[in-house]
Amino acid sequence: MALDRWIALIILMICMAYGYAAFFTLDVGLPPFMQRNAIWPSTFPKMLVVMAIGCALIILLGQGKGDEGAKEGDIDYRRLTDYKLGQALLLLAMMAGYALMLRPVGFLLSTVAFLTISAMVLGERKLQYLLPVTVLATGLVWYLVQQVLGIYLRPLPYFMGTGG
Amino acid sequence: MFEGIMIGLTTAFTFSNILMVIGGCLIGTFIGMLPGLGPMSIISIMIPVAITIGDPSAALILLAGVYYGAIFGGSTSSILINAPGVASTVATSFDGYPLARAGKAGKALTVAAISSFCGGSIGAVLLMIFAPALATVALLFHSSEYFALMVVGLSAIAAFAGTGQVAKALLMTLLGLIMATVGEGALFNMPRFTMGIMDLQSGFGFVTLAMAMFALPEALYLVLDPSRSNNETGGEIKDLRITRAEAKEIAPVIGRQSIQGFMIGVLPGAGATIASFLGYAVERNIASKEDQEKFGKGSLKGLAAPEAANNAACTGSFVPLLTLGIPGSGTTAILLGALIALNVNPGPRLMVDQPEIFWAVIISMYIGNLVLLILNLPLIPYIAKILAVPRNYLIPFILFFTMMGAYIGQNNATELLILVGLGICATVLRFADYPLAPLLIGFILGSMLEDNFARAMQLYDGLGFILDRPMTLGLLGIAAVLIILPSYRARRARLRAKGIADGD
Repeated sequence: MALDRWIALIILMICMAYGYAAFFTLDVGLPPFMQRNAIWPSTFPKMLVVMAIGCALIILLGQGKGDEGAKEGDIDYRRLTDYKLGQALLLLAMMAGYALMLRPVGFLLSTVAFLTISAMVLGERKLQYLLPVTVLATGLVWYLVQQVLGIYLRPLPYFMGTGG
Repeated sequence: MFEGIMIGLTTAFTFSNILMVIGGCLIGTFIGMLPGLGPMSIISIMIPVAITIGDPSAALILLAGVYYGAIFGGSTSSILINAPGVASTVATSFDGYPLARAGKAGKALTVAAISSFCGGSIGAVLLMIFAPALATVALLFHSSEYFALMVVGLSAIAAFAGTGQVAKALLMTLLGLIMATVGEGALFNMPRFTMGIMDLQSGFGFVTLAMAMFALPEALYLVLDPSRSNNETGGEIKDLRITRAEAKEIAPVIGRQSIQGFMIGVLPGAGATIASFLGYAVERNIASKEDQEKFGKGSLKGLAAPEAANNAACTGSFVPLLTLGIPGSGTTAILLGALIALNVNPGPRLMVDQPEIFWAVIISMYIGNLVLLILNLPLIPYIAKILAVPRNYLIPFILFFTMMGAYIGQNNATELLILVGLGICATVLRFADYPLAPLLIGFILGSMLEDNFARAMQLYDGLGFILDRPMTLGLLGIAAVLIILPSYRARRARLRAKGIADGD
């Protein structure tokens, strides 16, 4: 089964769960005065989910064009291991890590770490250029966001105060 | 109208707004030149900045400038290194890159800049004529017509996705609409489909979704396939002048393609990309025999046509956005999201209630086009140096700015995890050729669609409004035709192909 049909199947299952919620659980707590309305909170979702299930079934069961390989210049998912899959997964893990570290470690440290390690994951080895660039860029972005845009970013680790 | 132009002039010609135009164009050119970053990613990265500016006209001026700049920057990298940064400049590389290889890079850039300028300016004039007229008609619309109109817009976007793709595009649109119902709706004041997760109470963040759909997959593609960001620079750029004969040759092309591009841009679902390809194809077909030979080998006409068309189409796509509040493309959908975040409701009332925003944007389009021509043409040789930024530095920064955009909007680290999760989903969807723009457009239009539907339902106490209002019925009929016709034609084509393959 081609990837697009697998995706249609997954979307179909999401829609079924959503549809179950829309048809059976959403209206349970509806106050009586709202039940007299022509439209309920579940009306629109019900319409959507019926159409979405129909579409997903068309893709899933329809006689599509079949597997004809990736287009020129596009990435062929069947040969995913030929690409730099490891790097991509590592970078995604780095992003998740950054999300978890941002608050406790503070913006400055976590950002410098993220930018430096990501570049090294991609193959950069010249730390003498890399570190100054990331430190400078981090400082600049922090200054712009905190001072110019006025959005608070905790600059330092949690045990070193709030940093104003 | 002249009153409006005066309002626009006074708003646009403040020092800070002119800075916005110049800054937006420069940022757009810079980033648009980087391979793999399209206008949608750039604008979604810029949205948090625009929102914090606070003044809607200034923010929209900035974003519109970024949009033009991105298209212009995309054509520069198409010409110089045959790596279109933007889908709508792919057609530019057909003739632009051969010219650059023949040592005429300067000339090619000049032709591209002049064509873009003319396309954008003619588009802005047409916008000034068409938008007020359309807005007057749109003032007659009620909520039921709005509902029907949005359905038409969404169906058109799904239908234009190409043959055999309609079901996929439709499914993506519906998925976007479904995602829009998560969280607390304005009309009912009760949370829906949050699964008890507090962070979903206010629904999915629009900036997060935009980043996850466009910026993140593009960055991941760059990581996966290093050849997408090839860094060979195309030699020195000199001799930017064009001769009088050459100007005469491309003038009619620019004129035709500006108008055609604008018209295509107005249609929902057909944006700058389709306009540029169609412009190229049309010009090649109507060219004389010997001119036709040159297409693809460095024809100036073949370069001017897509450049004029894509800029005019960018301007044209502002017509449905500003007059109906319905975005015709992914980029204008992101602009719509930014406007809503700034408390502006685009639609026919915009011109009546907040004329300064409407006219300032139009006036700033002229300024933006002029800035691109005057500022960028002499600077191009220097700006092109950015093409040499090594990939190892480029990708971490793209990822970082993507995350900053999502984080600044919500100030919530969970948002970053949602971003990563949705980004992975979007990349997988892109692998399987599911179009992502319909999902975002559906998401942005979702709450408006439901609000108008609910209002119509309440007024008519049921679905009676569909039959009671002929315009609604007509629009819904158009939507049905838009969806059914391409699927029917694809089916017939498939059946015919099958017969040939079987041979009996």
